[in-house]
Amino acid sequence: MYGFGVLKTLGIAFYHFVLTYVDDVKMGFGKRYTPEHLPERQGVEGRGIYTVRYPKERLPLPERSRNHPFLVYIEETGKLKCTACGICAQACPVQCIWIERAKDPETGKPLSYPAAFHIDQGLCIGCGMCAEFCPFDSIKMDIEYENASYTRPGFVGIEELKKPESYHAKIHPTDYAREMEEKRLKEERKRKAAAAKAAKAKAAAAKKEAAKRPPDKTS
Amino acid sequence: MRDVENLPEIPPELQGTVKLTTFDQLFAWARKRSLWPMLFGLACCAFEMIAAAASRYDIARFGMEIMRPSPRQADLLIVSGTVTKKMAPQVVRLYNQMPEPKYVIAMGACAISGGPFKEGYAVVSGVDKLLPVDVYIPGCPPRPEALIHAFLALHARFEHERIRDIKAYQKGVDDGVPIPALGPDLVDWRRFEPLMEAAGEKEAVHG
Amino acid sequence: MAETPQEAVQLKGIPQETFQALQERFPEAVQPARYEGALVPAEKIVEVVRFLRDELGYIFLSNLTATDYLDVKGVEPHIDVVYHLFRMQGGYAALHVEIPREIGKAHLPSVTSLFPSAMLQEREVYDMFGVKFDGHPDLRRLLMWEGFDGYPLRKDWKEVYYEGETKPYRSRYPKGGHPIYAEELSPLKDNIRYPEGWSPQAWDYDEADRLLYERMLSAHRDPDKPLKTDEMIINFGPHHPSTHGVFRMAVRLDGETVRHLEPVFGYLHRNHEKIGERNTWIQNIPFTDRLDYINGMTNNWAYIVALEKLLGWEVPERAEYIRVIVGEFSRIVNHMLAAGFFSNELGLYFTGSLYALEEREHILDLFEALSGARMMFNYMRPGGVRYDLPEGWLEKAKALAYERIPRKVEQMAHFLLDNDVVKARTMGVGVLPPDVAIASGITGPVLRASGVAYDIRRAEPYSLYDQLDFDVAVRTHGDAYDRLAIRFDEIWQSLRILRQVLENIPEGPIVAKKPSHRLKVPAGETYGRIEAPKGELGFYLVSLGKFNPYRYHIRSTSLLNLTALSDMTRGLKVADIVTVLGSIDLTMGEVDR
Repeated sequence: MYGFGVLKTLGIAFYHFVLTYVDDVKMGFGKRYTPEHLPERQGVEGRGIYTVRYPKERLPLPERSRNHPFLVYIEETGKLKCTACGICAQACPVQCIWIERAKDPETGKPLSYPAAFHIDQGLCIGCGMCAEFCPFDSIKMDIEYENASYTRPGFVGIEELKKPESYHAKIHPTDYAREMEEKRLKEERKRKAAAAKAAKAKAAAAKKEAAKRPPDKTS
Repeated sequence: MRDVENLPEIPPELQGTVKLTTFDQLFAWARKRSLWPMLFGLACCAFEMIAAAASRYDIARFGMEIMRPSPRQADLLIVSGTVTKKMAPQVVRLYNQMPEPKYVIAMGACAISGGPFKEGYAVVSGVDKLLPVDVYIPGCPPRPEALIHAFLALHARFEHERIRDIKAYQKGVDDGVPIPALGPDLVDWRRFEPLMEAAGEKEAVHG
Repeated sequence: MAETPQEAVQLKGIPQETFQALQERFPEAVQPARYEGALVPAEKIVEVVRFLRDELGYIFLSNLTATDYLDVKGVEPHIDVVYHLFRMQGGYAALHVEIPREIGKAHLPSVTSLFPSAMLQEREVYDMFGVKFDGHPDLRRLLMWEGFDGYPLRKDWKEVYYEGETKPYRSRYPKGGHPIYAEELSPLKDNIRYPEGWSPQAWDYDEADRLLYERMLSAHRDPDKPLKTDEMIINFGPHHPSTHGVFRMAVRLDGETVRHLEPVFGYLHRNHEKIGERNTWIQNIPFTDRLDYINGMTNNWAYIVALEKLLGWEVPERAEYIRVIVGEFSRIVNHMLAAGFFSNELGLYFTGSLYALEEREHILDLFEALSGARMMFNYMRPGGVRYDLPEGWLEKAKALAYERIPRKVEQMAHFLLDNDVVKARTMGVGVLPPDVAIASGITGPVLRASGVAYDIRRAEPYSLYDQLDFDVAVRTHGDAYDRLAIRFDEIWQSLRILRQVLENIPEGPIVAKKPSHRLKVPAGETYGRIEAPKGELGFYLVSLGKFNPYRYHIRSTSLLNLTALSDMTRGLKVADIVTVLGSIDLTMGEVDR
């Protein structure tokens, strides 16, 4: 029958309209909008109103969420983890990283930290390549997205970019745990290597000693 | 048009029934709740703009649900994506057709500076080369929340804005931004202003 | 594929028997090309293509592009025009034509008389390389405007912000100076350059559209029209709410009837290909995300498939499973959005698209938890994927794929397909006959809605698709309604695939070996393609064994699917243009690249 399909369509739209109230009635009006119910409302099972009331409540971001990079510094020493190797600037697809290695003012020898580190925030696309290829885990992706500004975003330097390691540990717990694990393994390897070296040196010394000993005793 | 701080005090018996405000503030309050964006999608960021308008982020909460495709009914231009040289004349034309007071949000890296495509030959290095931009949102693309944050930033700006500073309410004729043309490359008339005035061709170009 | 193994090693990019047949038919004219396929002299190309089409069954001219060889060691400077022809099943034949570089001398016969799919692609080659195609009925620039100075993809043409042949640029390591914006490098402090002696007053600014309007006035004129009414030209777009972005159609109308429609491209031309030639191989991955920005995952995948063909890398099984999962989820998102926006364009306002966008948010949540971004995933890597599945991801994906999405899709299918108004607006509108569709290079759901069961997942299985159990959805009428309905059929098939892969995903490594950020790829060329949600998405890559591609060409699905738009809309009413366009489902980022 002509027209039946339209009624059916309207029925579906009406069903959606009714659904927006079902949960409200079930939970009592207003309770649905508490932070405890946010995951439920946004989850796979969620029905009815789907809105996140953004400035009042925020969607929890997954750990891998990325927006713009930041530089990690160690709080105790205040030093950046960055060694100015420049791999991030090589990997960056839009080439928005400018990096300058520090130099010893007296000898002119390059040092292992950056003298200047600039990112053009207006150019950065947040692809995460710099963080992916950084061999020292010193550049990481921030989850902060509220960056709207009244002026054109441009170069930001080390001062704006650096954030403490505890912040990184807070927003990227899994990644940080992996780093710690790697660090521990590395230290263990180092210790083992050192022990092995010591043992080897000892053995070599013993051998030397043995060699030094006059051989003519037995003969 | 006085400042809020200089308003006379309300007698205690009238508090609750009388509220004093400035005309500027009243105007800003009204404008904050009825900002109509233009349905103008350029590229990838347009999808995040649509997502912001859809049920999850729902900019209808800010009185912005009516996205008007016609520039004459809109007062907020969200430049959501890459402005190419070929598109630049149309972007400026749309902006000129919007009624004052009008605002521009540059959404995403492309609209700010050309973004990942900046180094190429066909992209304008930022929409602010063409239009005055009020709020910039970095990101590629910015999350819908970031777009809403930009709206809030724009709202915050209204509170400090005074009607007499708005260009539309001032004396004089506003020609709008001269519409660029497509020559061997993008021709921005402001670059050739003295030249064009001398030749008397400015009107022809603006029309 | 090849019968004689010792020769098969030398011959790539063309099946052995095809090559032999070509050599028998055109003795001394056809030779093996440098890397892949057969080298054909320019004057013979039409005959060779006709022979391949009519006698060997190569009925798809899938890709046509060119490469400018300049300053390559051991190679005479020339422009190499390449054709990729496909059969319904198995393997492609690549044909190369070498022509001189000099503008004026660079020309060759057009194959548009055999394959309308060459129509837009030859225009693109003309636009980007200045190669003229003799006999092309409408040789205008495709992406840039008429009068633009130069042919951008020629190797000796440099942009204003040009800094170096390859990334990284030296200026990124300033020595005791401040970093500077690219604008500062340009003499005009902007991305603008004018030829020497150019005068803004003397220039004719109407030139940009003159050829278009000439074409509009002359094409498909009917001199014997009974009623001598005036026809008018209106421009649909580039800013129009129903054109999926910045698409422009110039339409010549007689009353309300469309006499001729000419799509105008290039309003979102972002020079992907020129930038892609300077990027390293890995750096191109985030750029592919921005092609068809609804389906970042499948764009990544298509590029990686081509790249892995060049590298010859194996992919661990778990990575293949993850790729199939995200690829099929991406297909669901795309088809739901396509149906939703289609309903929007029909005048159902936003209801349909809002339902689709809600499910998109759910799937994007999955993608964000996996890759870290909502749209620009940058997820696939040569030899695997970037991240492993996070904890609890599979459960959520299963809940979505088994329970929620089927429910919602069914609802939406009722909402749209049973609707009398939708039926009245779409049935019998914009019919695309199967032979026209094949000749026009149309792929994906649009082709299958015309009754051609051609799906690359079946025709030339990649990844896991040869082990998976699914049907190729086909509809037979080829009208807008079938093109809408087939998207729902395909969602059901995607859900069927998801059921199989989500259950059986094995444990194991996710990447064969972590690629370096400066990956060296062996010299060669290849054409890799996958069945993206919109159709065949292919990448043509040429490597000279360096860190960056020498040529990086994207065979865009959406662009080729628009080849027949003009014919599909002829004779319809003006309101039906939007119906036809919406049923094709395009993304401007991919059309214009």
